[in-house]
Amino acid sequence: MSKVSNEQIKKIASLARIQVSDEDVVELSTKMTEIVSWVESLNEIDTENVEPMMAVENSLQMRDDEVKDDNISEEVLKNAPESKFDFFAVPKFVE
Amino acid sequence: MSDLTKLTIAELKEGLLAKKFTSVELTKAYLENIKKANPELNAYVLVTEDKALEMAALADKNIAAGKARPLEGIPFAVKDLYCTKDIKTECCSHILDGFTPTYESTVTQNLWNDGAILLGKANMDEFAMGSTNKNSYRGNVVNPVKRAGEDTKLVPGGSSGGSAAAVAADLCAASLGSDTGGSVRQPASFTGLVGMKPTYGRCSRWGMIAYASSLDQAGHFSRSVEDSALILNSISSYDEKDSTSAQKEKEDFTAKLNNGLKGMKIGIASEYKMEGMNPDIEKIFDETVKKAESLGAEIVDISLPHTHYGAPTYYIISTAEASSNLARYDGVKYGLRECAQGDSLDDMYSKTRSAGFGPEVKRRIMLGTYVLSSGYYDAYYIKAQKVRRLFADDFNKAFSQVDAILTPTTPNTAFGIDEKLTTIEMYYNDVFTVPANLAGLPGISIPAGVDSKNTPIGMQILTPRFAETEMFRVAYALEQEIKFDRTKLNYR
Repeated sequence: MSKVSNEQIKKIASLARIQVSDEDVVELSTKMTEIVSWVESLNEIDTENVEPMMAVENSLQMRDDEVKDDNISEEVLKNAPESKFDFFAVPKFVE
Repeated sequence: MSDLTKLTIAELKEGLLAKKFTSVELTKAYLENIKKANPELNAYVLVTEDKALEMAALADKNIAAGKARPLEGIPFAVKDLYCTKDIKTECCSHILDGFTPTYESTVTQNLWNDGAILLGKANMDEFAMGSTNKNSYRGNVVNPVKRAGEDTKLVPGGSSGGSAAAVAADLCAASLGSDTGGSVRQPASFTGLVGMKPTYGRCSRWGMIAYASSLDQAGHFSRSVEDSALILNSISSYDEKDSTSAQKEKEDFTAKLNNGLKGMKIGIASEYKMEGMNPDIEKIFDETVKKAESLGAEIVDISLPHTHYGAPTYYIISTAEASSNLARYDGVKYGLRECAQGDSLDDMYSKTRSAGFGPEVKRRIMLGTYVLSSGYYDAYYIKAQKVRRLFADDFNKAFSQVDAILTPTTPNTAFGIDEKLTTIEMYYNDVFTVPANLAGLPGISIPAGVDSKNTPIGMQILTPRFAETEMFRVAYALEQEIKFDRTKLNYR
């Protein structure tokens, strides 16, 4: 059985951009360990030579890549918490 | 006049066309019911009264002019996950606070094109994650159905709990939900309704807020199988805006309702009698099989050997897809933003997401991130996708022998809102419904009886992909034989 350690929880949380308090880390570690050991029951199944199924195989349709709804920047930005000069605005960052 | 708000769509259509009542009268009757019952049930998170009355007035005009469309004047509730133009759509999440789409989802647009009326947006588990409707930012929904001689508040099921409660409590004629792992069929079973999930690709997902894209499909609640087929007639369509939408001709899903079961082969899988399952459900299952047989169906024993592994497979795949889909909620484009002076972009992302997502959503994003992270991807995510193929193979094999499969919808009936279930017990709620999502099959739950406490029990019918017409045929024949009377349930 795999244990999801406190360190792993912190790493996953940072990857998912979710802050967790030290208390939450302990609780999440217990809960995730429980869930992960449950899903590990799948190891009882022999899947040698089985192709992974990514999705239900409907034949995907191709279409031309053309603009059909031009000039809607106002609509696109309508729900933005902050926008400036016709763009989404975010805190200043330099990397 | 009998109570309009209890009628089926088929009955309402007849009454509207015969001008026994108007759509405005009908809409007002539902609005009246909503005012009375919604404070307790919390089925609607938004009631669009003015819009509803405006649409109803137009419907009455069309009827008067002899130009009635297929669902002219029929009032619907719509799960808060469908984008509705200029009407707030928050998926019952804090992170989508105030989000007001500038476009309409294809499925709802299809309904309005056919003359249906929007009464309001229905409560749901946040981002459709849950089986109880307790994970809603807008508060839990109370099941309008209660146990005989008890006042315990029961869950309506989830994630489309508000949509189910709204139909069960006569707060609309029918409603839209969505079904990723059973989110329509399970609440239908918990509230004594018909709940249907179409084949993956039958309805466009465009404008439906995504949870797990390879499993998500529109779905709906109604009071009868015929109504369910009428709704699918309207909402199904090929849509080039959804690349997984299937290019199928429009068909009339009511075409075979009266064909009966003679000559049909119906499969029964022993794996759907599980240890720990409510014995009343097993009893109703056996009775329903006998009824199918008495109607002339040939009952065939089949095997779906991986059934037990459906829930863990589903949780790996759905959380992986969710962790990716929900990455878009970052405080930039819509909804909530948490950001203090001097915060970095990354601070803004993590503060917004920590404040905006509820605990169950966070848990699922974390699990999804974990199973996709380097070192675990093959062991969990690819493994689950391989098992998913085995599910599809199981069904392909079964459907080479039978036309339809009959199963219970859930291993339990509606439980108390305050009952404590462990996470894994909760996840097992979906054990009989997730296989259809994994394999992309259509499924319908019909009310088939009650348990010892007079709470409803649903039976599920599964057919091959795109065989909804046959599915409705079986469901209708059983419905006519079972004669479930929802007015005999106990309501609050």
